[in-house]
Amino acid sequence: MADQIPVLIILAPLFGGILVLLLGLRYRSVCFPIAVASLGVSLFSALHTFRTVLLEGPQRYFLSGWERGGGFAVGIEYRIDQINGLVLIMIAFVALLSVIHSRSRVSVETPAKVPQVYILSLLLVSGLLGMTITNDAFNLYVLLEISSLSSYALIAIGSRRSALSAFNYVIMGTIGASFLLLGVGYLFIQTGTLNMQDIHGALMAEGLINAPSIKVALMLILIGLWIKMGLFPLHGWLPNAYSYAPSATGTLMGPLVTKVMIYIMIRMMVSVFGIDFLYEQLAWTKPVSLLASIAIIGGSFLAVSQTDLRKMLCYLIVAEVGYMVGGAWVGNLNGMTGAIYHILGDALMTLCLFFVVGIVVAKTGEHRLSAFKGLFKSMPLTMVCFVVVALAMIGLPPTCGFFSKWYLVRGGLEAGQYPFVIALLISSLVNAVIFFRLIEFAYFQSPDSDTAEAHGAHGESGAHGDEGEHSATAHAHTPVPMKVYRVDPDLDADSIITEVPWGMKAPLLIVAACLLLLGIFNSTVTAWIADGLKGVGF
Amino acid sequence: MDAFLENFNYIVYVVLMMIGLYAMISKNNLIKKLVGMTIFQSAIILFYVSIGAKEGAAIPILDHHQMHVAAAHDDHADTHKDKADTHEGEHADTKIHKADKHAAGAHSNHTSAEHASTHTDKLEAPHAGEHGDHDGHHGSSEINPAKFSNPIPHVLMLTAIVVGVSTLGVALSIVQRVHQGYGSIEEDDILNQIGPNTDG
Repeated sequence: MADQIPVLIILAPLFGGILVLLLGLRYRSVCFPIAVASLGVSLFSALHTFRTVLLEGPQRYFLSGWERGGGFAVGIEYRIDQINGLVLIMIAFVALLSVIHSRSRVSVETPAKVPQVYILSLLLVSGLLGMTITNDAFNLYVLLEISSLSSYALIAIGSRRSALSAFNYVIMGTIGASFLLLGVGYLFIQTGTLNMQDIHGALMAEGLINAPSIKVALMLILIGLWIKMGLFPLHGWLPNAYSYAPSATGTLMGPLVTKVMIYIMIRMMVSVFGIDFLYEQLAWTKPVSLLASIAIIGGSFLAVSQTDLRKMLCYLIVAEVGYMVGGAWVGNLNGMTGAIYHILGDALMTLCLFFVVGIVVAKTGEHRLSAFKGLFKSMPLTMVCFVVVALAMIGLPPTCGFFSKWYLVRGGLEAGQYPFVIALLISSLVNAVIFFRLIEFAYFQSPDSDTAEAHGAHGESGAHGDEGEHSATAHAHTPVPMKVYRVDPDLDADSIITEVPWGMKAPLLIVAACLLLLGIFNSTVTAWIADGLKGVGF
Repeated sequence: MDAFLENFNYIVYVVLMMIGLYAMISKNNLIKKLVGMTIFQSAIILFYVSIGAKEGAAIPILDHHQMHVAAAHDDHADTHKDKADTHEGEHADTKIHKADKHAAGAHSNHTSAEHASTHTDKLEAPHAGEHGDHDGHHGSSEINPAKFSNPIPHVLMLTAIVVGVSTLGVALSIVQRVHQGYGSIEEDDILNQIGPNTDG
């Protein structure tokens, strides 16, 4: 039984999704418990597997017992090492917290589609987990499409605007996934296998690595994954898709999807093509890290120019993608360690930011930056968490953001990739501008009348936030004009904007604590990552 | 010219892919974009299927009769070479035709049209076995992998076709939602309705 635990990581959310489909459409109340239970099983399995990996080294799991025969992979193989073990834990953890946090939002924003949201969320998570764990290049494509299809539907569940963004995402996502499939096809023609280790072995043994078709395969795979992760010039689909989607979808997808794609890119780089080939033989480290630097700067400046909170978050995600792509391509151990550590840290940071912004938008009914005005008095705990994540985004110790930037900058300096280092520092400064402005709004400004009018302009979303408050806190029983909901500095004891219920607040506190813990225990985590990287040729 | 013919399948798939990509990027109508997407995906499926095809190769199913076929056709491959060439692109089928031809010699009541319509593996096996016995070729039990086509690309594409169909289904239902929301499936029309300010 114990040796079947690795596959439970994927099967638990997959069967959870099917179970919600069978029961949830009839009995609404079982959706949430099933989702939490299956993600909990998945998280437990991921933790257990990671513990086994730490004790015994990388684990292999052969689906349906199709073990290797004659030195070749016969069936699909799952492989868990230190790196994807950590990524698996991160995915299951983030998904669990996100589902718990979004519970009340789902029933408010998409009341008619509650079971569907849970089904699709669980399928999305099982696709992401599967992509991370699988060692088979074609299986990777199938799981990528499972997660993509669920995410298209999850985004389109929202307003008509979100359906349009979902359509653009379908087009871009299909191009990206098709390029990946084509690249895998080129590798398959040359090597005759789909198992990542076997592909790598064949490329190395037969000197195929120098064939032009392998370079074409690398290019196709990279472009496909860059489209899917939203690297700066290819990010067009991302901001609209995430910001117009229902907030539960944004909270689930924002932290996970791009990070998993970056992990897949790193996996392809280290396990399939091999570090020696990429860093030594190909002279691509400079151009790609330059591309990443452009992505960082472009994303940061687009973020600082946004007035909409959720759009701003989406552009911050775009900037962070540049961090990790650049770290993976600077060409040394420090850069790669920083990139993988940042995958973990950034998933938590993005989750925390989506939590805070989701709470603020739900409570004030406003999407603009000025929604933060005076919130410290009404929501002290939420705002404390916001300060923690702001410090992490800027990169101040002892949060995890500092240590990932430390590794990335060290890697950049060692490799002499100065544009990347400069871009990282500029991005930190831009983040400081963005977040200190919001912190100033929250701590030192009181809401002015101007925001109340702007509030009226956002009538539709305001109604949602308003409704959420009714159901969540039951403070007001009659529809009251929106202005009454503004925090009045004289009345802050009785102000109607209050802390959110514990179901929303507890995940936020946990993730903020994790940001600090991941920072404090950074040496342990990076030692695990370095162990994993040593296993693949660093 | 030779290079053109040798790489014919690759050229076709790239041309189809570019047609699809062009439609996805430049067409204004959302359904036409999806048509482009389908062409794009089909091009990749064509690419995979073409790499799995092999001149004069058999379906890779290992059973006793098939082993005989593999051995027997070793000898007959040359005589039917020109026939095989006329069936370019359907190598697996060509192989079955050959098997049928031999079987027809033994069973004269079988018309060739009937054989052409029975391409499935199950029907092939008995014919082939009989043919092997008639010709007296029992062959060695060794299996020459070069005589079989690689099944993996086809199996992969079965999955990819399913994925493509589901993508198209999801995309069409999203288009329906867009149409419900905006009353149009023309992109510029929808963008006009959204206005320049809210579109980021």
